[in-house]
Amino acid sequence: MFDQILQFLLTGITVGATYALVALGFAIIYNASDVVNFAQGEFVMMGAMSAIAMSAGDGLPIFLSLPLAVLVTIGVGILLQRFAIAPARGASVVTTIIITIGASIFLRGVALLLWGKSIFALPHFSGEQPIHIGKATLLPQNLWVMGGAALLVLGVHWFFNHTTHGKAILACSCNRTAAQLVGINVGMMMLIAYGLSAFLGAMAGILVTPITFTSYDAGVMLGLKGFSAAILGGFGNPMGAVAGGILLGLIESLAAGLISSGYKDAIGFIILLLVLFFRPSGLFGKATAERV
Amino acid sequence: MALLEVEALTKSFGGVTAIADLGFEVPEGLVYSVIGPNGAGKTTLFNMLSGIYRPDEGSIRFMDQGVVVGRQPHQVAALGISRTFQNLQMFFNMSVLDNVMVGCHLRTRTGLFSAALRLPRIKREEMLSRQWAQEALAICNLDKFIGQEAGSLPYGVLKRLEIARALAVQPRLLLMDEPAAGLNDTETLEMRKLIRRICDSGITVLLVEHNMGLVMQVSDRVLVLDYGSRLAEGTPVEIQNDRRVIEAYLGGEVRYAL
Amino acid sequence: MKRLTGLLLLAVILLILPFLFPDNYYVTVVGVTALLHAVLAVSLNLLMGYAGQISLGHAAFFGIGAYTSAILTTRYGWDPWAAIMAGLALTGLVSFLVSRPILRLKGHYLAMATLGLGIIINIILVQGEQLTGGPDGLGGIPTLSLFGWAIDTDLRWYWAMGATMLGVVWLALNIIDSRSGRALRALHGSEVAAEMMGINTTAAKTGVFVLAALIASLAGALFCHQQSFISPDSFSFFFSIELVTMVVLGGMASTYGAVFGALILTFLPELLVVFEDFEVMIFGAILMLMMIFLPQGLFVGLQSFALRWLSRRRAAALHTAGD
Ligand SMILES: Nc1ncnc2c1ncn2[C@@H]1O[C@H](COP(=O)(O)OP(=O)(O)OP(=O)(O)O)[C@@H](O)[C@H]1O
Ligand SMILES: [Mg+2]
Repeated sequence: MFDQILQFLLTGITVGATYALVALGFAIIYNASDVVNFAQGEFVMMGAMSAIAMSAGDGLPIFLSLPLAVLVTIGVGILLQRFAIAPARGASVVTTIIITIGASIFLRGVALLLWGKSIFALPHFSGEQPIHIGKATLLPQNLWVMGGAALLVLGVHWFFNHTTHGKAILACSCNRTAAQLVGINVGMMMLIAYGLSAFLGAMAGILVTPITFTSYDAGVMLGLKGFSAAILGGFGNPMGAVAGGILLGLIESLAAGLISSGYKDAIGFIILLLVLFFRPSGLFGKATAERV
Repeated sequence: MALLEVEALTKSFGGVTAIADLGFEVPEGLVYSVIGPNGAGKTTLFNMLSGIYRPDEGSIRFMDQGVVVGRQPHQVAALGISRTFQNLQMFFNMSVLDNVMVGCHLRTRTGLFSAALRLPRIKREEMLSRQWAQEALAICNLDKFIGQEAGSLPYGVLKRLEIARALAVQPRLLLMDEPAAGLNDTETLEMRKLIRRICDSGITVLLVEHNMGLVMQVSDRVLVLDYGSRLAEGTPVEIQNDRRVIEAYLGGEVRYAL
Repeated sequence: MKRLTGLLLLAVILLILPFLFPDNYYVTVVGVTALLHAVLAVSLNLLMGYAGQISLGHAAFFGIGAYTSAILTTRYGWDPWAAIMAGLALTGLVSFLVSRPILRLKGHYLAMATLGLGIIINIILVQGEQLTGGPDGLGGIPTLSLFGWAIDTDLRWYWAMGATMLGVVWLALNIIDSRSGRALRALHGSEVAAEMMGINTTAAKTGVFVLAALIASLAGALFCHQQSFISPDSFSFFFSIELVTMVVLGGMASTYGAVFGALILTFLPELLVVFEDFEVMIFGAILMLMMIFLPQGLFVGLQSFALRWLSRRRAAALHTAGD
């Protein structure tokens, strides 16, 4: 029983680490521009799919195709900001939501056109020899996902707390006009925020695809889970989003193992709803009482 | 018998005590002003009087029997208290007339069901509401804006529109939070007349305002708050000559204003 | 009577279309779907456009209505009308029970909670195989008949759905233009101010949530009897999002806008089929472009554009007359 639970926990953390990266992407874009980017999951798909496409057949070696795929996805993120989000400034929240939904459908359409409906995989980074921990097993790729996600989260944390650009993005999120007045190039900061989000998505995609495979519509579910995780942690709180991601991954894995795999998503959402009923601003979100 | 009795009222936010052990009585039929420097707790007091915040301690009694504490704002409104807001809380998605017709909510009865089927009584009620709203708009000299969208109006007009909307509720007590803030001199003068008109029509007015000229001219009694507690209370003349008030807060401002 | 001019116009158009284009696929097949979508969009617009409470889970109530009716008629031999009533009752109960905790949430949290609710109900439809038939769906659902008049052809369904749509639009217009409707719009504008006007905002939100759910449930019941086969795919969160898109695309807080958005979003994919592999991509691009250039929605945007153009024409005419 204990071994089983350990196994569920290990799986849960791996899945959770992916959710955490997607959720972090949501939180960064939301913080910078007040937009809930429903195309976040498509970044994950784009990263994985373009890496696979570039190294397919006699294509590029994997150590070249991976960074290129990340660059392509960052490009997509920047284009999204520049040509879809920026022109709609001042539009209502739901309008921007529909724009990002349009963008996600568009990206899915592009992927469908380029790569069809097949399912693809990336090779494991360092073999598929299982590692045993007690009676639980773990693939080396699981370690890549956990370690990679941990490094990325630390990196993002450092970026926002110790670099001028990071602090400038936070300033834009607090007060755009004030940020502009003190000479911050707000447009540039937005591009960086979207690029960073896309980067995180692509990394998540590349890290996890050897285990989970990918297809043109793989981004939908991941985007959904990322959004849930960000809400669970408290929207707009980046580290809350990370915690929410890990927690959601754990809940799903335990629910699938101990209760029913068919209902694992439902159980995840039920717990999310219960959390919101008791903490309407998520686990680590600040309750904002309306001042009148 | 006082219309409103406040006793030992206390409210703090985290470490900040916004209102501390405050007590006062508002007699019926007066313009009663509450003044105090920024952050003195005036808006917090209004928020408790209208049921938006729940006080930590103390009691608020309205018309003898009505206990305000523990009621939802819509229940407080039903007791006969209405208010305006320091930061405009207009229904910007609606027309001027509709904004004020919302104020007639408590004077009408029909629900979702009869509305959906447009039963005959709806028509009657709509006509009445429209008429009441027009009356309230007329009191505030807003007749000419009646067909416009609230979102298209200038600030000064919106300030009066909030008052019209509150009047449509037919309150016994009207709380006004800084109605003259941001108004020019002519508009302020018009506001003073409006406040007086409202009071003369039998509605007790509780006024928060920073414009001392307006306060001293329009008020029957004045309460001075400082850091959430009562510093002084009396007629405008008494307040202007109160040594503590002059030292602590008003300084030269009163004499300047008059 | 001016209040209902638009409705009258809509009725006339609906009435003459089948005569102009008899046996036309776009009228009696796609058209029926478009009308169904219009019913759903109008109901969601009451909640979202007017009361300002976003819901990404509206398909759930559509699904409850459809499945209750389908299960009761096929498995338990109920009369379809009784089954529809039961579906409405169940929807009313479920929506009432969840409305209080859910509608306390705001903004993105509300969006998430309704999205979650929709997904949970969809998962139940997929997993509850003994009852729902699971992912394979449920077939053999009898059609409806009204006073002995069996609704058993495409054209008859066109009439039935058209009448339902007009009825729902009529209800929506009535509500918006009433004390309750003003209360909804007011709480959208400012919740504290609405409370201060004596509106019990919690009750008002619950009321409109349940009402929107009931209309969706009715639509679901009609849908299942029309299709005679249903599967959980028709009630997924994709469909919820599609409904939100219809409302926003047409223009929030406009009943006709919701109808318009439903029509566009139903016919657009049909027309894009000719682009084959490019279909999805083009659809996404069109959606983005429309929202970027007409952020207040197509119908509302075009309407205000037309009004401005008219008033400019009139001003110009006056000007020349003055000369
Ligand atoms: N919702 C709240 N949360 C935290 N602190 C609050 C809240 N509302 C008021 N305060 C604090 O309570 C104190 C009193 O504020 P209040 O708004 O009542 O002052 P005021 O007298 O209306 O000031 P002003 O003249 O500027 O309007 C202030 O220190 C304010 O920061
Ligand atoms: Mg104040």
